Amino acid sequence: MNHPYWVAFYTILSKEIRRFTRIWVQTLLPPAITMVLYFIIFGNLIGDRIGSMDGVDYMQYIVPGLIMMSVITNSYGNVSSSFFSNKFQKSIEELLVSPVPNWVIMLGFVFGGVARGLACGIIVMLLSLWFTHLEVHNLFVMLSVILLTAVVFATAGLINAIFATKFDDVTIVPTFILTPLTYLGGVFYSVSMLPEVWQWVSKLNPILYMVNTFRYGIIGVSDIPVLSAYGMLFVFLAALMGWALYLLNTGRGLRS
Amino acid sequence: MTLALDIQQLRKVYDNGFEALKGIDLRVDQGDFFALLGPNGAGKSTTLGIVSSLVNKGSGQVRVCGHDLDTQREAVKRSLGVVPQEFNFNSFEKVDDILIQQAGYYGIKPKLATERAEKYLKQLDLWEKRDVPARMLSGGMKRRLMIARALVHEPQMLILDEPTAGVDIEIRRSMWQFLRELNAQGTTIILTTHYLEEAESLCRNIAIIDSGEIIAQAPTRQLLQGKQRSTFVADINQSLTEVPDLNGFNCRLTDDGSLEFDIAHDDNLNDVFAQFQQHGLVVTSIRPKTNRLEELFVDLTSKQPKQEGAA
Repeated sequence: MNHPYWVAFYTILSKEIRRFTRIWVQTLLPPAITMVLYFIIFGNLIGDRIGSMDGVDYMQYIVPGLIMMSVITNSYGNVSSSFFSNKFQKSIEELLVSPVPNWVIMLGFVFGGVARGLACGIIVMLLSLWFTHLEVHNLFVMLSVILLTAVVFATAGLINAIFATKFDDVTIVPTFILTPLTYLGGVFYSVSMLPEVWQWVSKLNPILYMVNTFRYGIIGVSDIPVLSAYGMLFVFLAALMGWALYLLNTGRGLRS
Repeated sequence: MTLALDIQQLRKVYDNGFEALKGIDLRVDQGDFFALLGPNGAGKSTTLGIVSSLVNKGSGQVRVCGHDLDTQREAVKRSLGVVPQEFNFNSFEKVDDILIQQAGYYGIKPKLATERAEKYLKQLDLWEKRDVPARMLSGGMKRRLMIARALVHEPQMLILDEPTAGVDIEIRRSMWQFLRELNAQGTTIILTTHYLEEAESLCRNIAIIDSGEIIAQAPTRQLLQGKQRSTFVADINQSLTEVPDLNGFNCRLTDDGSLEFDIAHDDNLNDVFAQFQQHGLVVTSIRPKTNRLEELFVDLTSKQPKQEGAA
C-alpha cells in the first residue's frame, strides 16, 4: 500500500468519490427519485394489471433491471463528465505532468465511476425494498456481474470523454445509444415475449445479457445463458480497456 | 556537471502544419536562473510543453537532470515542477486539497503531503486561504497556488510559464523574492516572461527564441554588453519648439517636450551633456527610454523573418 502507484490510484479514486458526494443532489438523488417513480408507475400501478412475468411478480421482475440501469448510466456518466471537466478546466494537466502511469490514471477514473454506479445501485436496491421483497438467488453472480458491468461502462465513459471536445459530446452517447439500449435490454419485459426476429435483434444488445444475468443472480430467472454473459463482459472489458489505454498513451485529445 | 536541461535539435510541427520549433538546442546548468524569452507564438510554450510532457515531441532529444524524456519519462517528471501560463486547477476544490492531491500523484502519502501543503501554503502566504475553494482566490493568489502546487513534490527544476502575468507590482516583487530564495537553495528555475525587467532582474542566463529558432543565448550581462545602441529621454528646464543640433547624436523632440537621443555603446554620456550645456539647456532628469533588455529583444526579434500561423 506504500507503492507510489497505489498512492496515486487512491488519490484519484478518493478525489472522484469526493466529487460525486459533494454534488450528491446532482449525482445520487436523481436516480433515487427516477427509480421510485418507476417502481410506483410500472411496478405498482401498471404492474398490478400485468401480474407475473416468467413466473415472478412483475415488480420483482423489473427491480434487477432498474438497479442495473442505474449502475450503467451512473458509472458511465460519472467518468465521462468528470474526465471531460478535467480536460475542459485543464486540471487534467496536473496528472499529465506527474509521474502517474496512464494505466493508473485509467483505473483511478474507472473505479471512481464504479463507486458512483454501485452507490446508486445500492440506493435503488434499498428503495426497492419498500415496494417488494427481494431474495438473493446467487450472490456471486449478482456481485460479479454488477461489478463487471460498472467497470465496462465506466471505461466506455472514459473513452467518450477522451474523444469529447465539448459538453454536448458527453451527452450524445448516453441519450442516443445508452438509454435506448437499456430500455430495449429487457429491463421491463422478457425477450421471449417478442417475435422471433426481434428476439434475435435483441440478442445483439450487450445490455440484455447484463440485465438478465443480474436478474438471474437475484431472482434466478434469465432469458439468456449466464455463462455467455460473462464471456461477453470479459471481451468488452478487454477491448474497452485496451482502447482507453491506447488513447491515453497516444495523448489523444490531451496532448497536442 | 549534469545539465538541468539539455535540448538538442528539438523540432515540433503541429497537426495544422505550423512548424513551432525548427531544431532548437538549449542548455541550462543545474542551479541556474534562466529566462526563455520571445514574442507570442515564438515557441516558448511549445518548448516548455514538450519538456513537461504536455506537448508531444516531434524529433530531437530532451534530457532533464540527466534523464532522457523518451526512455525515462517518469524520472523526468519527478525532477520537474511546472507552473503553466493558464490556471489549470479544479476551481471548485479547496486550496489545500489541490496541493495534497498533487502530492498524491507523485506517490507522497497523505500525512507527508499535508505537511508539505502547509509548508508551501505558508511560504506563499496562502495558509489563511487553505479551506477556500480555488475559484474564490484573487488572480495573484491563483498564481501563487500554482507555484505551491508545483513545489509540493520538491522538484530539482521549476518551470514557470509567465508566472507574474496579470499580477500587481507588490505581489510580483514578493514572488521574485520567493523565487530568488528558492534558487539560492539549489532549485534550477526556468521562466518565460513578457516583463523583460523581470528577466533582467532575476535571471543569470537568457535565451531568446523567435519563429521556432534560438536567436541568442548567453549570460544576461554579456547579452546586454553586446547591445550596440541605447535610447535615453532627458527632461529639460524649458519648453522647446525645435530640436537642438547635438553633433553626432540622433536627437528627437517627444510629445511632452522632452528630448530623446540615441547613444552608441562606446559613446560617452558626458559628451551629450557638454553639448546640452553649449546650447544653454539644463537637464533636470534623464532615464532610459525602455529597459535595456527590451531594446535588445526588439532589435533581435525584428530582424527575424515572420511566418504565418500560431501554435
